Amino acid sequence: MIDWRRLGRGLVLPILFLALWELLRAAGVLPYETLSQPSLIARATLSALADGTLLYATWQTLEAATLGWAIAGAVAVLAGVLLGLFPPLARMTSLSVEALRPIPSVALIPLSLLVFGFGLRMEVAVVVFAVFWPVLIVTSSGVRGIEPNLLEVGRALKLSVARRIWKLVLPAALPSIAVGLRLGAGIAIVVAVTVEIATNPWGLGYGMINASQSLRADLMFAQLLWIGVVGWGLNVALLRIERRWLAWFWSAREAAR
Amino acid sequence: MNARRLWWSASSVLFALALIGLWQALADARIVSPAYFPSPARTFAVLSDQMQTGTLWSALGETCWRMLAGWFTASLLGVGLGAVIGLSPTARDFFEPTLEFMRPLPASAILPAAVLLLGLTSQMIIAVIAFGAIWPVLLNTIHGFRAVEPRLVEVARMLHLSRVERSVKIALPSALPDILAGVRVSLAISLILAVVAEMLSSQPGLGHNILVAARAFRSADLYAGVIVLGVLGYLTNAALERAETYWLRWRPAPSGE
Repeated sequence: MIDWRRLGRGLVLPILFLALWELLRAAGVLPYETLSQPSLIARATLSALADGTLLYATWQTLEAATLGWAIAGAVAVLAGVLLGLFPPLARMTSLSVEALRPIPSVALIPLSLLVFGFGLRMEVAVVVFAVFWPVLIVTSSGVRGIEPNLLEVGRALKLSVARRIWKLVLPAALPSIAVGLRLGAGIAIVVAVTVEIATNPWGLGYGMINASQSLRADLMFAQLLWIGVVGWGLNVALLRIERRWLAWFWSAREAAR
Repeated sequence: MNARRLWWSASSVLFALALIGLWQALADARIVSPAYFPSPARTFAVLSDQMQTGTLWSALGETCWRMLAGWFTASLLGVGLGAVIGLSPTARDFFEPTLEFMRPLPASAILPAAVLLLGLTSQMIIAVIAFGAIWPVLLNTIHGFRAVEPRLVEVARMLHLSRVERSVKIALPSALPDILAGVRVSLAISLILAVVAEMLSSQPGLGHNILVAARAFRSADLYAGVIVLGVLGYLTNAALERAETYWLRWRPAPSGE
């Protein structure tokens, strides 16, 4: 059931905004060089899509974000499981984690630039740092929340630590790991674009800065809009995947009740 | 019990010190060129030098001023707008779809647009922070005002409170936890945006300093700057956490988690 009334109301604001923008620009009230206008932005979006530049930039941004997310995700899940399973380890490292975590990821942009130079690797490194901490925290708290009886079973069956993690801990902590990884994916995209805007000549962020510096306001807004669409689409897709892959988990839990 | 806790905090300090020792040993071994990897001794020497000559404080002041000015504007606008939208279901129908689209946009993505409109100025940075940091406050405030306990609304009706009284005396306190959480996230975003915008616009401040240090291969200055940004991130977050517990002390401890 679609609620037409709500849908209509939701569309009022954006349409009004775009119409006003177009009209004021056409009437010459708003400056052309800095604001462009919706019809020109739409045309710039289509032509950038048609000649492939927009898709190539999107690919570059997503490549850096995905690589960084995958590396950080794998290491952080492993570390988070260990910290969650062995509280002494968590207590010992707590000060170091609390000291490193609040460093804003963007502060590492110059360092990464110094070490790797421009390009993919420096961007991936910053994304790794940004994604690592939230996934680590969410995973370790998820593991700490596992039913103690389950771990007892593992011990009673004399499973090795590796098998206990693989067979018992990971499945039981999967919902929180999934949430952590989804949060991490959002962070990865945001940080990748931010690195590109700040320094790295790569991807969508650089495309925007480049358009802005060559006074192509239409192209700049086209890419801003595109980043919004990509971010929104990615979020929806990840939610879908999470729901589908974890369906067994929730249904098993329902059945156990 | 107390002795044990003391032992654990001692072990976490020792672990952190061991990491710094490892850093020193690696730097002394010169496996990596000191142009990328200065020793902690050199880094802290630079840091104390910057403190004595005052260059640290002036850069810190610039960055903090922009961060706080932008954050304050964002919080004020976010709470005001959020209260209006959250209290009225009609307003929610009109605003929410637009806000949902804006939410996943990287806050830094408006930087290129802001540079075009306002130039490479300090005001531009504050405007970018105000715009980029408003989302967590705005969305959390909307949520907080919407989720007022229905029984409290009934009480308000029984007492014949006016609309304004009802929002200030009933809705605001009940939305406060959400608002404060949003305000804290937005301060972290403000710091990130302040740093990125300084890098892009070459306005004096901590972010500009570390980028210049990296370009000149002054690695000790760079590491010192990263440490300062980490401390700043930690302190601002801790201060707001304190404020949160103080302002929410009237609330019973949250049950469950």
